[in-house]
Amino acid sequence: MTTMTLAAALNSGLRHALDDDPTVVLLGEDIGTLGGVFRVTDGLQRDFGADRVMDTPLAESGIMGVAVGLAYRGYRPVVEIQFDGFVYPAVDQLVTQVARIHYRTGGAVRMPITVRIPYGGGIGAVEHHSESPEAYFAHTPGLRVVTCASPQDAHTMIRQAIACDDPVVFFEPKRRYWVKGEVDESFDDVPLLDRARVVVEGTDVTLATYGPLVITARDAALAAQDDGLSVEVVDLRSLSPIDVDTLEASVRKTGRLVVTHEAQASGGLGAEIIASITDRCFDVLRSAPVRVTGFDTPYPAAKLEEHFLPDLDRILDAVDRVMGRQHSLTGWRAS
Amino acid sequence: MLRADVSPSRALPTHQQAEALQLVTPDGVRRPDPEYDPWIADVDDEQLEALYEDMVVVRRFDTEAVALQRQGQLGLWPPLLGQEAAQIGSARALRSDDFVFSSYRENGVAYCRGAQPTDLMRVWRGTALAGWDPRAIGMATPQVMIGSQTLHATGYALGCVKDGVDSVAVAYFGDGATSKGDVHEAMVFAATFTAPVIFFCQNNQWAISEPVGLQAQRPIADRAAGYGIPGIRVDGNDVLAVMAATRSALDRARRGDGPTFIEAVTYRMGPHTTSDDPTRYVNPEDKALWAAKDPIVRLERLLHARDALSEERISQVKEKAETFAAAMRSGCYGLPVPEPLSVFEDVFVEPSPALERQRSQYAAYLAMFDEEA
Repeated sequence: MTTMTLAAALNSGLRHALDDDPTVVLLGEDIGTLGGVFRVTDGLQRDFGADRVMDTPLAESGIMGVAVGLAYRGYRPVVEIQFDGFVYPAVDQLVTQVARIHYRTGGAVRMPITVRIPYGGGIGAVEHHSESPEAYFAHTPGLRVVTCASPQDAHTMIRQAIACDDPVVFFEPKRRYWVKGEVDESFDDVPLLDRARVVVEGTDVTLATYGPLVITARDAALAAQDDGLSVEVVDLRSLSPIDVDTLEASVRKTGRLVVTHEAQASGGLGAEIIASITDRCFDVLRSAPVRVTGFDTPYPAAKLEEHFLPDLDRILDAVDRVMGRQHSLTGWRAS
Repeated sequence: MLRADVSPSRALPTHQQAEALQLVTPDGVRRPDPEYDPWIADVDDEQLEALYEDMVVVRRFDTEAVALQRQGQLGLWPPLLGQEAAQIGSARALRSDDFVFSSYRENGVAYCRGAQPTDLMRVWRGTALAGWDPRAIGMATPQVMIGSQTLHATGYALGCVKDGVDSVAVAYFGDGATSKGDVHEAMVFAATFTAPVIFFCQNNQWAISEPVGLQAQRPIADRAAGYGIPGIRVDGNDVLAVMAATRSALDRARRGDGPTFIEAVTYRMGPHTTSDDPTRYVNPEDKALWAAKDPIVRLERLLHARDALSEERISQVKEKAETFAAAMRSGCYGLPVPEPLSVFEDVFVEPSPALERQRSQYAAYLAMFDEEA
């Protein structure tokens, strides 16, 4: 066990992957000499060479399309998209090619490509640097979409994503890059990449979330405890496929569900999760599930992001709401 | 603002008349070229007859496929009529360890790579999304998205360099694709990393109904210079010129000198696809001009001038073409409709519980009909 930041845990995960498999190649903008704008690839080009850690021209579709060609040739490309909002030029290659070449070719050609994307807000950034575009990718058949919340998961999951024979879009919660935690690099007995995890056990409300908000949700569960409420926090980890079994087990215990994510509400993961759980758990639900999300607006200017981003109080308000508590600001109806 | 000379009534803007490498005139006369003659010095009568055979076979099965579509056996077909020399001359220059990333119109290239008659039918009959195993014949599933494959070829070429082999990747695309960002990005990447890739553009003058003047105001091959890539314009209806240019580009790539851009100037004599109606936009006079430059007639004339291509050889060629077309037709009829539950196959390599759930629910739904029967 070593204590490291989430960014350093990713770095060591990438280092293991490069060590373990000669077909692993990293491609991205500024990932070489600079070590990435968040330093996640720090030192990797120095240690593995410019041949395996490639600084590319400034063209996201180009990076993704070249990764497809490398995968055709038997390589295992790991692509870095510098910021969430820069992924859109690469969406064409991701959706029309990466996601479906295995399906198109009847299983003849695999696309073991990992796409790393720092995502989410809370760092006071300018436009296009704080977005949460995960739903676009979760909606795309053939892509696996995952995100990590702790240094341990960051390390384990990036290695699993690279080893996975399917394309994986790997969302990194950028405002948590500097969170520290214990990391076991042994890679023994690790949970499967597509499984959710209960990170706080509870009995009254299931609070489902992922990525940057897992820490916020844990804080909310702790605060709710002071209020006599037992909140179970489920870290989804995988956004496609969603581990509905783990969620179902939790909701069968609590009968109540709150889902929170930074991304906008409409057509988002919250809607998908609530639909799946309503389908499976209608008989045990004691109140209508509630979403706490970013608003259906473009990501706002930095001085407004505290309003846009779900925080501890908005999450607790939703918890009160599913509990039918009078002091919920958003759910109480005076009769 | 479009330039005044960009008008659907003018299929051939003035700049398209620019010089192109030509080794055989439309009359079948061999034109010497000191730079490119060495690249085809070994091409004797026998090899010329083989190229002739390829072009005749390809034209024959292309015609058969159009007929199959008209008869309701295929959903769609993109004819390559008129582009036989561009496809055969380039594809026959390749080695088996080279790799082709093409668009949907390169059925002539697929034939050269070893696609079987039935393989050419699957996609267009709608029984599969790919006709063949790409690695089995060194050719990716032809791309429907315009220009995307140029990046795949570039990435593949980088992989060849990493592997220390001298295989080359070839991207086939059309004049329309040259307006795409991906093609531009592919040339930037290829030039930056000296990738052993050939950008083979068949300028057939049309992107569905849009004349090439909507895509380019200068000869397309001129663009290559801006990337630091050698560009050459060849007469795409001259199989020898195409072969010479391709061989030269392959040699350059194998030597480690990087990419080459080839613009093969040709003409799409048929519709964009069987769903298209070119009478709405093609000027018949333009088409007649191009008919006079027919690639097969041209080679026939050259061969006859050389006292080659006996009547016996011609009938052999015809027989081979008929046999291939017949095999394609019977292969088309014989293609099985896929099993319903195969819709769920190969989405992922590793199992997806969510998809398994949909599959089992749909299987149970289908089973109810069996019980009723």
